[in-house]
Amino acid sequence: MTFTQDHLLGIEHLHPVEITTILDLAEQYVALNRSAEKHARALEGMTQINMFFENSTRTQASFELAGKRLGADVMNMSVAQSSVKKGETLIDTALTLNAMHPDLLVVRHGSSGAVDLLAQKVTCAVLNAGDGKHEHPTQALLDALTIRRTKGRLHRLTVAICGDIAHSRVARSNLILLGKMENRVRLVGPGTLMPKGVEEFGVEVFDDMKAGLEGADVVMMLRLQRERMDGGFVPSEREYFHRYGLDAEKLAYAKDDAIVMHPGPMNRGVEIDGAIADDINRSVIQEQVEMGVAVRMAAMDLLAQNLRRRRERDRLRRIADE
Amino acid sequence: MLWFHNARLIDPETGTDDIGTLLVKDGQIVERDAPCPDGAQAVDCGGKCLAPGIVDMGVQVGEPGAQHKESLRTAGLAAARGGVTTIVMRPDTDPAIDTPEVLEYVTRRATARTPVNIRAMAALTRGREGREMAEIGFLLDAGAVAFTDGDRVSTDTKVLSRCMAYARGLGALVIGHPQDPGLSRGACATSGKFASLRGLPAVSPMAERMGFDRDMGLVEMTGVRYHADQVTCARTLPALERAKANGLDVTAGISIHHLTLNELDVGSYRSFFKFTPPLRSEDDRRAMVQAVADGLIDVICSMHTPQDEESKRLPFEEAASGAVGLETLLPAAMRLYHSEGLPLPLIWRALSLNPAKRLGLAGGRLAKGAPGDLVLFDPDAPFVLDRFKLASKSKNTPYDGARMEGRVLATYVAGQCVFSAQEVPA
Repeated sequence: MTFTQDHLLGIEHLHPVEITTILDLAEQYVALNRSAEKHARALEGMTQINMFFENSTRTQASFELAGKRLGADVMNMSVAQSSVKKGETLIDTALTLNAMHPDLLVVRHGSSGAVDLLAQKVTCAVLNAGDGKHEHPTQALLDALTIRRTKGRLHRLTVAICGDIAHSRVARSNLILLGKMENRVRLVGPGTLMPKGVEEFGVEVFDDMKAGLEGADVVMMLRLQRERMDGGFVPSEREYFHRYGLDAEKLAYAKDDAIVMHPGPMNRGVEIDGAIADDINRSVIQEQVEMGVAVRMAAMDLLAQNLRRRRERDRLRRIADE
Repeated sequence: MLWFHNARLIDPETGTDDIGTLLVKDGQIVERDAPCPDGAQAVDCGGKCLAPGIVDMGVQVGEPGAQHKESLRTAGLAAARGGVTTIVMRPDTDPAIDTPEVLEYVTRRATARTPVNIRAMAALTRGREGREMAEIGFLLDAGAVAFTDGDRVSTDTKVLSRCMAYARGLGALVIGHPQDPGLSRGACATSGKFASLRGLPAVSPMAERMGFDRDMGLVEMTGVRYHADQVTCARTLPALERAKANGLDVTAGISIHHLTLNELDVGSYRSFFKFTPPLRSEDDRRAMVQAVADGLIDVICSMHTPQDEESKRLPFEEAASGAVGLETLLPAAMRLYHSEGLPLPLIWRALSLNPAKRLGLAGGRLAKGAPGDLVLFDPDAPFVLDRFKLASKSKNTPYDGARMEGRVLATYVAGQCVFSAQEVPA
């Protein structure tokens, strides 16, 4: 078997072969999504619950669409304004949902590790849609698919991840994934936004953006996560844009065919110049969104297959025990 | 009258570990290596270790305020089973032990409910809020052994300096928590590769050094007797060494957890491994073990902090910190003996003699006239720890499921047996 996971909690747990398996399957779903009849039956009869403890429009919509295109019954719980406000703990919420027998649980939470905790308490497959500053695995997978499709490969590329690394789960998942696939990863950002000990991950760290972009194949910009910051990490947005915002001048240091990526939502004029974001020759930002649906379909499909297999095994074991 | 024979006597005062006998009469040790007198009850120790009972400096008991986590009675039971003969209570109760009335209430209830000795530390400031000085004199008269605001670090150095100057006048011991309050705000891990990978808010080990340096400035200014509750980072050690060399009346402690666990034990966000200060790197842990071996760190304690399931079953950042430790202190300390090669008398200096001396208590010795507070234990007995078998009301131990060596066979307080392993089914 090439994909053995029960949950998708982080890139950390995935083997390179499993990453390739997801991406290969996602390619098929890209084709499906571009056709007129956007329907598959991989999740038919299954229930998918999207539980977002943090507000999200894009990721939640992407997961919802992915589930619906695969034939699942999809329910959205905006937990941000529900029982959690009444004092219910994360685990109680999880147990309550578990009692409704969902098959796939898509969870986003503001605390690192919250999704791991939840996965220990439920019997269905759990997908991490972002936990605190820890991981956002489907984002890294969709970035990988985008890179593979535009660059023709996912190895031996020089990828510069720029901006607010410290507060970014996208950066963590991406640097783990890109490292596993044997790419050269550079992190670019001011010292205040660089996590401690990150050099030990086998990445190169730059605080000068031009040096960091020199000869890069892929430029991955990150959003300045002001909502996760307590106090000032940069003096001002205009100074940040001047030193770390991606404009034509800085991009010129990257390879001529370098692509520009951004997980969205963008702060135009803060970390990226609007003209670069809209440049169809360089920017693959819209494509990332498209790949997001396909990658999530692939991940849920594979998890559902494993779930069915596990349930069947348990059923046979019960019969054997009787 | 009890006559212990065929025992490995672990004497931290003389640093010896010899087979011998010990006679305890009227709650006191009267003689070593003497024949059995008439009328004495002989206790065959079977060649196992007999040592002074542990003096656990810094135990949180939930009473008053959080009896659902731990009461004086359950803490006492856990202590007896763990070979702890003196519990030194932290004042972080609710209300805090900041008036002689609360202290008296606690002491009275403790005496009635616990088989072991209980002594209390008192708050340095009212409500441990770092604003107004507590009644240090009255509290001292009522039996407080030290003064501390626990892990709440005051940012107001003026108040702190006055408290220290006042305490100095009374000869009281002040216990500080070396940590820079600004840098450590919101942190639940030690900064470095692991915390970055897990995406946890982290604090640099330098924050401990900075907190310690600040406190040393105040100690030098006021001349107060000072003990740092937990020194856990290699970077703090040169500062500690310097302070001692400069003649400041300074000692330092560490929890057994920081000596036996490191940050990687947190694994996939296991909140039972969340501590204040957070677990450190393996390099730091090893430096701390060496510091205990060198006598630079004086005291090992359990930092017993009971937390119920509800406060631990949360995402790591939101979970409460601390672990129960009264019952696991001795077996965990045996890891220092088995894995790190520290001799038993040296370990017992840190577990028993040094805290007793620092707090002005009589325990920690096997000499004539010392109290008959003893622990009989087998340092080699292996077992797998099951947290639900702990006597504490709260079961939050990081050693759940761990393979451990070292079992308490019996505990004696003032010559009375308060726990014997035979009564407990294996």
